[in-house]
Amino acid sequence: MTVFLTLAGIIILATVAAGLWRILRGPEDAERMMAAQLLGSGGVAVLLLSAVISGIPAIIDIALSIALLAAFASAAFVLEAFGTRGDEPADRP
Amino acid sequence: MTLLLDAFTIVAVSAGTFFFVAGTVGLLRFPDTLSRLHALTKADNLGVGLIVLGLLPQATSLGMGIRLIGVWLLVQLAGATVSQLLARAAARRNGART
Repeated sequence: MTVFLTLAGIIILATVAAGLWRILRGPEDAERMMAAQLLGSGGVAVLLLSAVISGIPAIIDIALSIALLAAFASAAFVLEAFGTRGDEPADRP
Repeated sequence: MTLLLDAFTIVAVSAGTFFFVAGTVGLLRFPDTLSRLHALTKADNLGVGLIVLGLLPQATSLGMGIRLIGVWLLVQLAGATVSQLLARAAARRNGART
């Protein structure tokens, strides 16, 4: 069973790495942020798998914090890139 | 009984992994921003959700299972709100340009 879970974790890591290529190529800032969001949820999935594989429940808390940070990163991106009300970039002071 | 649980875990985790791969391929191949976002949220919600579902029978204690579901709920909520923000940001930027 652990072999299967490890295999699934490796596959997910490989797909997340492939997804990160979007950051290099992505014309839009939003797409780069999407790839970062995918990295966040991919990390969560791999951490959950490793929590079960290694039998250490504390790793689930790490996955929880990574999910939280991924959400904050995207929120900060939208807030910064498009102004506080989401309209034009905030060049106002 | 445990054989049944293991089989369920294998099926659910492989389905979750499949959605991850499908979402990432969609993120890479789709033509415009919003359809990529659509693909991303599939990987986000379904991938992690099915993996958590698959891992539940493997949880050694009740607390571990509850925390697994907690992580899944957070990923769901975070994914939903972030997708709305990104979609509005992308639409506004495209709208502003045309």
